[in-house]
Amino acid sequence: MTNSEYYVIELLVNNHAGVMSHINGLFARRAFNLEGILCGKIGDGSRSKMYLLVDNDDFLVQIVKQLSKLYDVLEVKVHDDFDISVFNDFEALLKIKEN
Amino acid sequence: MRLNGSEIIIKLLEQQGIKNVSGIPGGSNLPLYDALYKSSINHILCRHEQGGAFIAQGMTRSTGKVAVCFATSGPGATNLLTAIADAKLDSIPIICITGQVDYPFIGTDAFQEVDTYGLTIPITKHNFIVRSAKELFTIIPEAFIVAKTGRQGPVVIDVPKDVQQEVLEFESWPDVSFDVLTENNLDILMVKCAAKEINKSKRPILYIGGGVLSAEASKEIKELSNKNNIPVVTTLMGMGCFSCDEPLYLSMLGMHGARYTNILLHEADLLLAFGVRFDDRATGNIKKFCPKAKIIHADIDEAEINKLKGTDYSITGDIKAVLKELIPFVEDNKRKAWLKLVEETKVKHPLVLPEACDLLHPINIIRYVSDQVPPDSIITTDVGQHQMWTAQVYPFKSPRNLLTSAGLGTMGFGLPAAIGAALENPDKQVICFTGDGSILMNIQELATLADLNLNVKIIILNNKHLGLVRQQQELFYGGHYIASKFITNPDFAAISRGFHVAAYDLAKEVDLLKALKRALAQPGPVLIDVPIRETENVYPMVKPGAPITEMIGGELYDQ
Repeated sequence: MTNSEYYVIELLVNNHAGVMSHINGLFARRAFNLEGILCGKIGDGSRSKMYLLVDNDDFLVQIVKQLSKLYDVLEVKVHDDFDISVFNDFEALLKIKEN
Repeated sequence: MRLNGSEIIIKLLEQQGIKNVSGIPGGSNLPLYDALYKSSINHILCRHEQGGAFIAQGMTRSTGKVAVCFATSGPGATNLLTAIADAKLDSIPIICITGQVDYPFIGTDAFQEVDTYGLTIPITKHNFIVRSAKELFTIIPEAFIVAKTGRQGPVVIDVPKDVQQEVLEFESWPDVSFDVLTENNLDILMVKCAAKEINKSKRPILYIGGGVLSAEASKEIKELSNKNNIPVVTTLMGMGCFSCDEPLYLSMLGMHGARYTNILLHEADLLLAFGVRFDDRATGNIKKFCPKAKIIHADIDEAEINKLKGTDYSITGDIKAVLKELIPFVEDNKRKAWLKLVEETKVKHPLVLPEACDLLHPINIIRYVSDQVPPDSIITTDVGQHQMWTAQVYPFKSPRNLLTSAGLGTMGFGLPAAIGAALENPDKQVICFTGDGSILMNIQELATLADLNLNVKIIILNNKHLGLVRQQQELFYGGHYIASKFITNPDFAAISRGFHVAAYDLAKEVDLLKALKRALAQPGPVLIDVPIRETENVYPMVKPGAPITEMIGGELYDQ
């Protein structure tokens, strides 16, 4: 569903230990808000997908430009059509395990 | 072939054409130094890693070529940080190769372990930690490409000691000829729109910066400026990219820009912002910067477009490529009315110079020095009043004539940067203008300078204060002078001689200019301590946060 309050930025990144620091660090040092992160490896494990939940504000364009400049970021896509419940219901994650 | 990681690193640096490397050895990079023992690469033993990285910066800033420095793990790496951050803000391509504790010990708080990778993320263009010797074949060449392509910047490569010692068997050197992306994806429609705006504008100004330097586009800037008669203002980074001898040169803008420069920017109807990033020291209050002008912003870094100032037209690309496309669409134009206003404004609001008889006025000292040394001399500065006086009056005629810490404003930059510049330019005179505050921040590099016996002349404009701090306390903090006057003043000439560098103390000379002339003419390194008035200020000055048209001081009263 289309969301007006937030965007999801979808990143394709190289999968190694430092990538998360590069992404988080960028948000911290440029004073961008980051509301949620989902991350996991894909394919043979050499790459990961990251889904960043960000505010729909004036910073979005600058965030995307800055992310695109990172060496380990291979692809940046912005979505306004997504299911935000994934970011809101972390309890569900553990419940699946219990069942 | 059977080589270890260190030997592979050194060989790959040789393949990149590296001739000089600065640095300091220590526990975690000794294998690297052992490989250097067998190499043709010349090593410069600095006395502090920050000095080492600034020496590398001096090499890079004076030549445009990537330079390399080494440091060991822990304190070696942390000592580099200021100089790396400095390179980041001015987009200077240096590569720092740091030793690290053995990979299995990472995260155990081992001796001299620090998270170099984590510490350098925010201050590098990119950083690598090498997990196996095999990775060196791609990481080392890749580091040079990252440093040098697109918006340039520093790269850190952190190499654990066991990786330096890991032995590899291999048949041949892997092909490292990466396809460097030189594709020219300029938006030609935007270029044509920009040309149209230039052609119909009445009062255009070119505002140029470090991007012109990196792209080596000063010839094209001159061509555009001369063809359409567009006056040129430069940032601190852009100085020399448009010769001060050019009639259309409007000198440096911003906080300590000349009155006419800032006033004319206010009158412009079109601002051609080429290779600049609208830094607050250049623009003052950004909302009130060039209020009457449409803005065309060209930069290699797309993230700079609309970052601080909304643009009417933007072109992302290498400035040289942009200019080459743009110039054919730009018409010849005499611009008589605009240039008349420019000339009138220059006469009415000039940069007010001190009387010639005021021999020890820093501006007169700087101008006297410029008369004594060849025009292609390389000038480095530290940070503070002396830096601004140098920017205001030294006649910079070519790119890479001025090496200065512009973005980060790092005191301690001048001396090591001068050493790096002198290493790469043995045929040139190198002058370091510094202050009595700044010189102490890397004074240990006098020992490195003495080792190398380079042609560096250090001129300390000594006001016994942190002058620019004192000036701000006078102007903006009600004269509450705190922590800006030094309680004791070192005898810099004696210190210099202690380092085996010849020195003059002009306070002890009868004929000042004669002594200065003699010092400058003397071969090899010389330090010259010049006493200046303690309360001399840099004018004009724009209060931080104010529009650049609101300048304090530097008025021409007797018109």
